[in-house]
Amino acid sequence: MSQRQVLQVFEQYQRARSQFAQAVADLAARPQSIDTLRSAGVVCLLRPLLLDVVPSIRQTTALALGRLADCDVELAEAVVKAGILPQLICSLPEENRYYKKAAAFVLRAIAKHSPQLAQAVVQCGALEMLVICLEDFDPGVKEGACWALEYIARHNPELSQAVVDAGAVPLLVLCIQEPEIALKRIAASTLSDISKHSPELAQTVVDARAIAYLAQMIPNPDAKLKRQVLSALSQIAKHSVDLAELVVEAEIFPVVLICLKDSDEYVKKNGATLIREIAKHTPELSQLVVNSGGVAAVVDCIGSCRGTVRLPGIMTLGYVAAHSEDLSMAVIVSKGIPPLGACLIEEHEDHIKAAAAWALGQIGRHTAEHARHVAVANVLPTLLDIFVDTRSSEDLKAKTKKALKSILQKCTYLPALEPLLHEAPPGILKHIIGQFSKVLPHDSKARRLFVTTGGLKKVQEIKAEPGSLLQEYINTINSCYPEEIVSAPFLHQAGSIFSVLTAALSPSCSWRW
Amino acid sequence: MAALARLQEKLEVLREEYFLANRAIDEDRKTKHKAAVKIQRWFRACRVRAYLRHLSEMAILIQKWWRGYLRRKNFREIVERAYFIKKLKFYNEMAVRIQRVWRGYYVRKYIHNFYALKKYLKAVSLNNELVRSELQEYAEVKENEEKMKDLEKKEKRKKHQVRKMHYLLSTEQIPGIYNSPFRKSPDPMEVLLRQSKPLTHRKQQVKIPFADELYGWPTCKEPPAFVTALPLLPADRQKPQGPFRDPAEVLQQRYKPLEPTLRVGESTYSPPAKAKEATIREQWRSTIHDNEFLPFSSYHKNYEKYEPSLWKSGKYGQEAYGTKYFREVYPKKWIADKDFETLFSSIAVFEKFGKTYSSTGQIV
Repeated sequence: MSQRQVLQVFEQYQRARSQFAQAVADLAARPQSIDTLRSAGVVCLLRPLLLDVVPSIRQTTALALGRLADCDVELAEAVVKAGILPQLICSLPEENRYYKKAAAFVLRAIAKHSPQLAQAVVQCGALEMLVICLEDFDPGVKEGACWALEYIARHNPELSQAVVDAGAVPLLVLCIQEPEIALKRIAASTLSDISKHSPELAQTVVDARAIAYLAQMIPNPDAKLKRQVLSALSQIAKHSVDLAELVVEAEIFPVVLICLKDSDEYVKKNGATLIREIAKHTPELSQLVVNSGGVAAVVDCIGSCRGTVRLPGIMTLGYVAAHSEDLSMAVIVSKGIPPLGACLIEEHEDHIKAAAAWALGQIGRHTAEHARHVAVANVLPTLLDIFVDTRSSEDLKAKTKKALKSILQKCTYLPALEPLLHEAPPGILKHIIGQFSKVLPHDSKARRLFVTTGGLKKVQEIKAEPGSLLQEYINTINSCYPEEIVSAPFLHQAGSIFSVLTAALSPSCSWRW
Repeated sequence: MAALARLQEKLEVLREEYFLANRAIDEDRKTKHKAAVKIQRWFRACRVRAYLRHLSEMAILIQKWWRGYLRRKNFREIVERAYFIKKLKFYNEMAVRIQRVWRGYYVRKYIHNFYALKKYLKAVSLNNELVRSELQEYAEVKENEEKMKDLEKKEKRKKHQVRKMHYLLSTEQIPGIYNSPFRKSPDPMEVLLRQSKPLTHRKQQVKIPFADELYGWPTCKEPPAFVTALPLLPADRQKPQGPFRDPAEVLQQRYKPLEPTLRVGESTYSPPAKAKEATIREQWRSTIHDNEFLPFSSYHKNYEKYEPSLWKSGKYGQEAYGTKYFREVYPKKWIADKDFETLFSSIAVFEKFGKTYSSTGQIV
């Protein structure tokens, strides 16, 4: 045979191989053909193509493998079991950037499904190669490597530690400084996933001077980048007071407040999360948040959003108010209570309502003044309704009860307590009656109002065991009034007659009216 | 005898009388005896009672005097103690009053300062207003920007469409579809069509001569040696208005090679100077003898004479100022011979502030 014919055979074979690889790559992009591909044993067929002589075939094969592993857990496991990973990784340093991108895609697709697969990826020595890819010049390669590292690091602290031990963090910080937005996004989200697991990992990220660069990127106009940056900063700040102080020292206030006004919902959510993680540690940090106007921005943010996006903002208000009564007053002055009340009414999710109830409890529990503000906002009937409602979950009921208890124990604003008297269950009623028994002996106008609105009648109807606290309160209330009124049943009904009687009696009444 | 008979007659009666008298006496005697015993008993009892009373009175007297003596002995101490306790109670009362006033003042002024809190809350609400207004402005600006972007996009798309549909423009003879003769004025699309340029097909890229060398022009490292042919400019390029020179002339002028003057040419950075530098360095390296050759020995005197500096030379040698001391001192003006003290011992009384308490009976 002539040379040309011999070469033709080889050419045909090469064309066939490349067509096969291309076709599998295209098919793998469609989810409906995945099952068929799996049953046809595509992984074993693609494996030798990965070591092909022609670089474009290698690239296409890697891409196809990546797409296959991306869609399906079982295919990913098959890829790992077939021992493809070491082959993929060992040739990585000499390859061109398309192959590196495709290889990083494969690693990411495998690692994203479960911690065991990610562990298998790490054990094949993928981390060193990914770190080498991070040092590459091409931003696409860096992006692929970052993404793979992110999916490895996100599962558990051990894998994150492995990623950090491979020396990825300083390179990630360098990636953040690159001009490409997509690379910045992915590097920020990788740092966020690394630092979320434990304080030591967060400290490692901080030591690589990541905070300054992250803080610089907050005013960036790209919404997805802002999401990741804010998430990274909040994961760093959540672990301890020192880390939160470091984040604050990067001068994020008041820049972060702009994020609370962004048009993207998740930017608002992550911004509120960051403020929450900072404010929850100490009163000084909460003071800082208040002084920079953070509370007002958070309140506006809560008012403008709906759904789970509100949750971090609500918790921020709760944490700020919980530290001290001055801060709680600051929250009240920033008009924090009306949005929380609106949350209780509008939201359908139980955990958001529970958070709103908790926050209101923290605001109102400090002094009578605070409780009065909460009561004036007409929040207590809503809380009571939620508590009594049978559809509320256990957690919601418990939180509402605690909030009601703590507010009622300080509330001396009787017009708000009166409507509750008629509807409250016994556990709450005890506190309401207690409050009445504290206020009524000293205030004559209140006493008169109490009778005319039918409160005294209701009190008489309550049955309490003698010797219990409730009975003592009832006795205290009864002792505020003359005997005839307390014991005579008809006078309870005729409030107007009673007021006439008191008007007639008052000049001759030597008693303390 | 008669008396005897009478006596014998009376004997019976006498005997009876005697017996009755004796019996009466006997009975009397018994009662009397009993009465006497009673009287005696009573009297004796009185005596004993009197004696006992006397005894008890004496005992009381003794005890009275003894107790009085004892009490009088301790009286002074008791009085002193009672006085002391009374004084202490009074002082405590007064101290509590002072402390109450002070604590109330202190807490109201520094810890729970109501007015400071009020001011702070007012400041917080003002700051909040500011922050809210700024954020509102920012949101509005953002919204405007987006709207503008949208509008621009729409405009651009519309203009592109119009350029594509340029053939729908109306001519003299045939009115276009947007320029109906029954309308008073042409449709806005017609106006746009009139204003826009027709979109031609994508032109072939014109290869500009010296295209590679053109990259070097901004830094002008290597100007083209000859500018014989002008680069082909696009045909519909609007000639800039005004009396401009011929481009070839301009380019020639711009890229004339440098002809530096002699002075410039001799600067330190010119190539001959740099070449000379090498020889200078070599010379410096290779000299054996550093002192230059002076023709006459008297020349050395000129070069080696020491000239003391004006600052350090005084009339009789070197002045101590600048080496020994640096500041002017006037010992005659000093009040005390001790140096200025910066650190003082602590005041003992202040050390105790907040740590002392007085309890009854012991003042610390």
